[in-house]
Amino acid sequence: MTEVSRPPEPGSPDAPLVDLDGTLYASGSQVRTMPGAPTDLAPELTDSALAHESGLELKARSQWAYARSRFFRHRLAMGSLVVLIAVLLCGAFAGHIASYSYDAIDLNNINAGPTTTAHHYFGTDQLGRDYFSRVLYGIRTSARVAFFVSILSTILGTLVGSFAGYFGGWLDNLLMRFTDLILTLPPLAVLLVAAARLGNGTINLGLFHLGQEYRVALILALLFWTGIARVVRGLFLSLREKEYVEAAKASGSGDVRIIFRHMLPNSMGPIIVNMTLVTAGAILTESALSFLGFGIKPPTAALGNLIAQGETQMQTQWWLVVFPGLTIVIIVMCINFIGDGLRDALDPTQRRIRA
Amino acid sequence: MVTYIIRRLLYSIPVLFVSSFLIFTFVATTTDPLEAAKMQPNVNKAAIALVQKENHLDKPIIERYGYWVQDAFTHDFGKTILGSRPILPDMLNRLKVTLQLIIAAEVLTLLLAIAVGVYSAVRQYSIFDYSMTTLSFLGLAIPVFWLGLILQIIFVNIFNKWGVRIFYTSGLDNVDPGTGLHFLIQRIQHLVLPVFTLATISIAGYSRFMRASMLEVINADYIRTARAKGLIERRVVLKHAFRNALIPLMTLAAIDFGTLFGGTVITETVYGLPGMGRYFIDALSGGETYVIMAWLMVTSVMVVFFNLVADVVLGFLDPRIRLD
Repeated sequence: MTEVSRPPEPGSPDAPLVDLDGTLYASGSQVRTMPGAPTDLAPELTDSALAHESGLELKARSQWAYARSRFFRHRLAMGSLVVLIAVLLCGAFAGHIASYSYDAIDLNNINAGPTTTAHHYFGTDQLGRDYFSRVLYGIRTSARVAFFVSILSTILGTLVGSFAGYFGGWLDNLLMRFTDLILTLPPLAVLLVAAARLGNGTINLGLFHLGQEYRVALILALLFWTGIARVVRGLFLSLREKEYVEAAKASGSGDVRIIFRHMLPNSMGPIIVNMTLVTAGAILTESALSFLGFGIKPPTAALGNLIAQGETQMQTQWWLVVFPGLTIVIIVMCINFIGDGLRDALDPTQRRIRA
Repeated sequence: MVTYIIRRLLYSIPVLFVSSFLIFTFVATTTDPLEAAKMQPNVNKAAIALVQKENHLDKPIIERYGYWVQDAFTHDFGKTILGSRPILPDMLNRLKVTLQLIIAAEVLTLLLAIAVGVYSAVRQYSIFDYSMTTLSFLGLAIPVFWLGLILQIIFVNIFNKWGVRIFYTSGLDNVDPGTGLHFLIQRIQHLVLPVFTLATISIAGYSRFMRASMLEVINADYIRTARAKGLIERRVVLKHAFRNALIPLMTLAAIDFGTLFGGTVITETVYGLPGMGRYFIDALSGGETYVIMAWLMVTSVMVVFFNLVADVVLGFLDPRIRLD
C-alpha cells in the first residue's frame, strides 16, 4: 500500500526563527538577520567576526539538520514519538512499574474487572493474574522482537538491495529472482511452518543465551527483508548513474567504498522510512503468530498470547482481550505516524524551513 | 498479447519448480507426521516403519521430491499420511468456503475504498478527508484477529442481553441450515463479520491508494483542459479523472486477490470457518507434510496467476502500455 506523503505543513507565522535542535541564529538578542546578510554594522568586519560581535553564530546545516528540524515541526509525529517512548519505557521498566509479576496469582481478586482496587487497572483473569502488569511485560517482549526484526531485516535487505542494484547483471538477476520467490509465498504460512517446526527453545550462542523472542524475531526477519531490498535496489539503480558516483569511480574509489560511503548515505531516507514500516509489521505479525500459538509461548507474556489466553473467557471478561489489543493498536499507530513524519522530513525535495 | 501471456506462463514454470523444491526441502525436513505416534509406547514399531515406507518417508529428500512431483501431477497431490484422505478434493471443498469469503470481502473493499478515496481527493483537506485519514491509520494498526474477537464480544453480548441474533460469530452454517431463502439468510448472517474483518485493513490501505492516484490525476493537464472547456465539475471528476485514477487500484486489487487465497488463515481461525486457512493450520498441527506442500503450491500458483492477470488487465486498460 502506498501511502500518500503529507503536504508540507504551512509554517505558522509565529514560529520562532531558531532551529529546534538548539542552533540559535540570534541568541540573546532580538537580531533577526540572516548570518551574512547586509547589516548596518561596520563594513570592515568579516562575516565571522560580524557574527561573533553580534552574538550570531554561523553554522553549516547538513541534510540531517534540515530533516531533524522538519521532523520536530511535524506535530503528529512528535506527539506519537512521545507516546511511543512513554509506552516503551513502561515496558522497559515493567519490573519497577508493575505492582505484580506477570505470573503472580492474587486469589482474592479473580476475574476482576478494571478497577483501582489492589492496582488491578486492567482487571485480572481467572487466576487473579494482574493484566496491567502482564501487558507491561508483554510490551517488553513485543518491543524486543520488533526492534530485533527491524535491525536485522534492514541490514540484510540493504546489503542484498545495494549489491543487486550496484553490480547489476547476473548478481542482480539472482538476488532479485530469489526475492521474488520469497514474495510469492504466503508470508503467514511460511512463518507458521517455520515457527512451528524450528524448535521451541531458546537460541544458545555459547556466551549469549537468547530467549524465545529472539528466535521468533529471527524467523520474522528472514522474511521481512525483501521489501527493503527492493526499495534499496531501486534507489541504487538510479543513484548508479549520478555524476558523483562517476566522479568517485574516476578518482579511484573501490566498489565497496562507493556503495557504503557515497551511495548508502544518500539512500538513508527511504531505508529509515521502510524500517518503521517493518517495525510496525513485525509487531502485528508477532502478535498474530503468538495468538495462533506458534509465536511466543506462555508463560512469557507477549501481547498476542495474552489475547489468546483471554479469548476463552472474553464473552464475560472482555478486559482480557481489549487491553492487550488496544496496546498493540496504540504502538503500531504511533510507529506509523512517526514513519509518516519521517517520510516528509527526509524528503530532500522539501526545503520548507524557516531561518 | 497472446505471446506475452504464453511467455509469462512459460517463465513461471521454472520459478514454481525451484520454489517448490526449496519449500519441499524445508517442509519435509522440519515436519514429521509420525512424531506423535513415535512417542506412544504402545504403537508398533513395525507399523510406523510400514507407514514410513508407504509414504517414502525413509528415502532421501531428493527422491521424496520426485515422488511428490509425480503425485502432484498424476494423483491430485496424493493422500494424507495419516488417514489416507485424498488431498485435492478436500482442498477444493475448503476453497469454496474461502472463495465466498474473499470475493465478498474484495467487492466490499473496492466499493467502500473507491467511494472514500475519490471523495477524499475531491474534497482534499476537508473534515471528511482528515477523518478518513485518521480512520485509515487506525485500520492499518488494528490486528486482524483482535478486530475479529472484539466483533465477537459485541455481537455475542448483544445476543445474550436482548436475545437478538444479528450476526453469527462462529462457523459457516447453523446445525440445521434449512433450504432456499432460509439457507441464504443464515449463510449471510454467518459471513458478514468475517468479511468485514477481512475487508477492514484493505479498505484502509486501498482508500489511501485511491485518494493518492485520484489526486495525481486531478492535477494533470488534461483535467485542467476539461475544466477550461467548461465541463461541469461532476463530469470532469467522474468521466475524465475517475476512470483513469481507477487503473492503478485495479492492478493492486488483482495482485492482492491472488494473495488472499492463502491470506485468510487468521480470519478463518477466529471465526471457525472450514476454509483454506483452517485446512492449513490443521495440517500444520498434524505435521501433514504433503498437505502443507499442496497448500503452499496452490496458493503460490494463485499469486503468480493473479500477478499475470494484473499485468494483462493493466495492458487492456492503459493504452500506453504495450505487452509484447
